[in-house]
Amino acid sequence: MSEISSLIDSLNWNAVEQSILNKTESDVLHALDSSKPTLEDFKALLSPAAIPHLSKIAMLSQQLTLQRFGRVMQMYVPLYLSNECQNICTYCGFSMDNKLKRKTLTDEEILQEAHIIKAMGYEHVLLVTGEANHTVGVSYLLNAVKLLQPFFSQISIEVQPLEENEYKLLVDAGVHAVLVYQETYHREVYKTYHPKGKKSNFDYRLATPDRAGEAGVYKIGLGTLIGLENWRVEAFYTAVHLQYLEKRYWKTKYSISFPRWRPHAGTYAAENCISNKEFVQLISAYRIFDQEVELSLSTRESPNFRDNVFALGFTSMSAGSKTNPGGYANKEESLEQFEISDERSAAEIAEMLKSKGYEPVWKDWSTCYH
Amino acid sequence: MTPDVLTIADTTFQSRLFTGTGKFSSGEEMYHALLASGTELVTVALKRVNPNEKEDIIFWLQKGNFHLLPNTSGARHAKEAVLAAHLAREALGTNWLKLEIHPDPKYLLPDPIETVAAAEQLVKDGFVVLPYVHADPVLCKRLEDVGCAAVMPLGAPIGTNKGLKTSDFLEIIIEQSKVPVIVDAGLGAPSHAAAALEMGASAVLVNTAMAVAGDPVAMAGAFKKACEAGREAYQAKLAPIRKQAEASSPLLSFLDSL
Repeated sequence: MSEISSLIDSLNWNAVEQSILNKTESDVLHALDSSKPTLEDFKALLSPAAIPHLSKIAMLSQQLTLQRFGRVMQMYVPLYLSNECQNICTYCGFSMDNKLKRKTLTDEEILQEAHIIKAMGYEHVLLVTGEANHTVGVSYLLNAVKLLQPFFSQISIEVQPLEENEYKLLVDAGVHAVLVYQETYHREVYKTYHPKGKKSNFDYRLATPDRAGEAGVYKIGLGTLIGLENWRVEAFYTAVHLQYLEKRYWKTKYSISFPRWRPHAGTYAAENCISNKEFVQLISAYRIFDQEVELSLSTRESPNFRDNVFALGFTSMSAGSKTNPGGYANKEESLEQFEISDERSAAEIAEMLKSKGYEPVWKDWSTCYH
Repeated sequence: MTPDVLTIADTTFQSRLFTGTGKFSSGEEMYHALLASGTELVTVALKRVNPNEKEDIIFWLQKGNFHLLPNTSGARHAKEAVLAAHLAREALGTNWLKLEIHPDPKYLLPDPIETVAAAEQLVKDGFVVLPYVHADPVLCKRLEDVGCAAVMPLGAPIGTNKGLKTSDFLEIIIEQSKVPVIVDAGLGAPSHAAAALEMGASAVLVNTAMAVAGDPVAMAGAFKKACEAGREAYQAKLAPIRKQAEASSPLLSFLDSL
């Protein structure tokens, strides 16, 4: 069993949950005063006891973010290369059992998308695929990266978990970041949502950031799908994972994403929803706990919410996103992974940021750093 | 009296306040803050230069006619830094370079081993190299030996605004250095900048403390004054700090009358 699997299994889900619920107001105040918050402080910040202090927590989060990252927002956009998938994930629009037209972009189509995204002003692009080794395996990805290199300064991937040597090939080809979400850290619950396909292997997925770290990936993105299990406990497990990775792969940057379950072509309905207030609590708690971790805000969130929440701890945002392969070139809205909520264009988001005293940063990398 | 100017390589500077360009809320705000600071040398990350953007960072820096000091922020080892330096020279038309290699993305602390290796190569390649380093006196001498035009030891971890946490080591570096010493990183208040110059630093480099201040332009002006005051104090020679009190009416004068 891998080191990370042992670490995760050494924690007891119910005990962690109870410990978070038992945190008191004085634990919350202690966490707010701590110069180096611990995992126990993080629990306090995530706890229901912290809710009455939310404005203080959010203010501290905003201040720490400003200090570390400045009045800027990194801009990125997803480029969906394929919606083919061999997994059954009961919450996902790309799930193998969903009767959805499948599509994998050809070279020509990739270039078409690249031109459009580039014209939107983007320099940082996130390549997304489903998990289908025979069509979107490493050779497909290497080819896509090669095609896209001349267009973009930074290319990241959110694709199926790969082997260490495959990550090495991708890093050498110019891949900057690898995003791989555990979805849930609850081993048994994970099984129920991922009954079939390679993704049903909890441990293989859990050790993916290790393989990416060993391969020298510049940035690793973690996250859980909010709605599958208790978000407070998920956040705690994510933080344990983050600390574990930071110590081992100290040359790698880390980011956290907060996908909230959104309606899609499947039938699943989320039970463990998070309120907007709790969402603010979640990101603020992360920022206070780890002042250097990057936090990413996607178009799953609504316009009004994004306009108000971005400055409270986030460091990167997407805008004008399409979540279906070929979505930028073809207006027809089908084949998508999930419905986005903020449909404003990249230019509109840039204007919104500027009006609030923030500079959108389109380029913060150079292809010479490979 | 000879004017008090700072000379690095073949260039002289009236201002001893160097600045960075990150974290500002807009290019325009950065421009006004830099003007208010009186700075003549501004560092800019190659990775932020974006020829596809209409009013990118370089647009504003050229408008202010500042000397550019491209930096290699993002480089994790010597090879990347050398490549970035060459690209920067080509893109920005200057052979000046702030060499920074920080493989640790969390605290952005500089790697001394890679920095010496890259500095040696870049000096050979004709660059004016200003390396960002930990406040390590031996390392600074080694960098001077390989031909760096100045050294840039840190006052505290970058972006922390904690001030001169490394002051004991900075004093040794300033005492020993034959090249200008520029205190870089960690200076959070004008008083920190003044203290560095009082100590004898040749210049300071400030970014976060201005960019994230409530009023960046006003703060830039405050740093300008602090640097001038700190430098004047250094030149005027500070009165020594005494360990013991000196009685104003001598304590033992009665002995003389005995």
